[in-house]
Amino acid sequence: MTAPETVRAAVDAAYRDEWGQVVGTLIGLTGNWDLAEDCAQDAFAAALATWGRDGVPDRPGAWLTTTARNRATDRLRRDANGAAKLRQLAVLERDPAGPPAQEIPDERLRLIFTCCHPALPFPARVALTLRTLAGLGTGEIAKAFLTAESAMAQRLVRAKRKIVEAGIPYRVPPAELLPQRLAAVLAVLYLIFNAGYDEDDGRRALAAEGVHLARTLVRLMPDEPEARGLLALMLLLEARRASRTDGGVLVTLEHQDRSRWDRALIEEGLTTLDRALAARRSGPYQVQAAIAACHATAPDAASTDWPQIAVLYAELARLAPSPVVELNRAVAIAMADGIPAGLALVDDLTASGELDGYHLLPATRADLLRRDGRLAEAATSYREALELAPTEAERRYLNGRLSEL
Amino acid sequence: MEEILADPAHQAYGEEIARRGAVSGGARLRPVADATTVRVRDGETLVSDGPFAETKDFVGGIDIIECADLDDAIAIAAKHPYAGRGCVEVRPVWE
Repeated sequence: MTAPETVRAAVDAAYRDEWGQVVGTLIGLTGNWDLAEDCAQDAFAAALATWGRDGVPDRPGAWLTTTARNRATDRLRRDANGAAKLRQLAVLERDPAGPPAQEIPDERLRLIFTCCHPALPFPARVALTLRTLAGLGTGEIAKAFLTAESAMAQRLVRAKRKIVEAGIPYRVPPAELLPQRLAAVLAVLYLIFNAGYDEDDGRRALAAEGVHLARTLVRLMPDEPEARGLLALMLLLEARRASRTDGGVLVTLEHQDRSRWDRALIEEGLTTLDRALAARRSGPYQVQAAIAACHATAPDAASTDWPQIAVLYAELARLAPSPVVELNRAVAIAMADGIPAGLALVDDLTASGELDGYHLLPATRADLLRRDGRLAEAATSYREALELAPTEAERRYLNGRLSEL
Repeated sequence: MEEILADPAHQAYGEEIARRGAVSGGARLRPVADATTVRVRDGETLVSDGPFAETKDFVGGIDIIECADLDDAIAIAAKHPYAGRGCVEVRPVWE
């Protein structure tokens, strides 16, 4: 007999580490996403029921995969009524014992590339990744994205149907498609991380899920510097999360209590980034991680290496042009070369109209004007930003600034 | 498909077409939820979910092509000259 709490802990750990692998293997064998999820669920339930009696197996992942696979065979045999199902069954039965565990290829990579295929709507890619790879329940995912559970269930059903009916291949894309498809995977993981980053409620778990998925991807694709760059970026952002708000009010980087930054996460982020950069194939996530590293390694706000950050934003603008990147570059230029140089860039952006309606444009302008001592103009820009600010936390922050002028 | 074959309205239509001897090919498209739109811009293939929806667009023609999977279909769609100007919608058919 194994103690119930030991079993519970072992099953929880296996769920976290093996769910995606079990589901991925079953999809690979049967091509049936629903069957795969159901049988994986059954296998974990069986583990809870039998590991107490028989002990926790040496290789929980192999045990779970074999159990799920046997369950799939039983179910297909029971309702074998069509040629397709019989074909699936034949595949399963050809090798009833299963390959030895050491040789089981990691199916999670095929799974993640399929979940993040660009022919699926972006929100569905996110939901499917959380469901099939991370093992989150439909209800949990719905709550995280403030959607009704029924709507989220429908989204998952439609996505799985499209994969089968439109013929989205279950595979790691070939070399010529890989760069584009990997970018799509990284975008999904980064969104998952960001959805939980600023939250203190249930959504917080998403940030940890994002880090976990990025870690898994780095293990599976050790030669992809952008995957490592994304992981580094997440770690460096996560390191300063605790100091980002104070009593529900946003605290800007400049005013954060740096003694509360997580040194261990910063160290790991920096090591991860160094390994990514060693491949000498730059990309937007590595550059963003490098910017985060500049902040993370500055002992205080005044000693931030702004010239370096300005150069990195210029590089980011080259790799992934966007007006928001330009706005960040303007701030870095202001801090490195003087406020007027940065303000000139902000004014160019305002004139272009590309960021119309974006509250951080007038908020940034206000901040630079304030630093330059042009207080009346700053007040006008703060009021403009207040009109556009989307959240209460941000309005509180802007009001605070306005009253300090 | 059985439902359509059993539907009298579809049967009557099928008989009328057969009587005219004018059938030169056709296929029943799967729903728009299964559609994928392919564009090529600056040499890059852009793939998005769904049909092409701008109301001013028009369907310029159809090709029925046997493909291994959706990636194969996307690669072929991207080679179509119109993918570089307008877009090519990929729709699976019922078999």
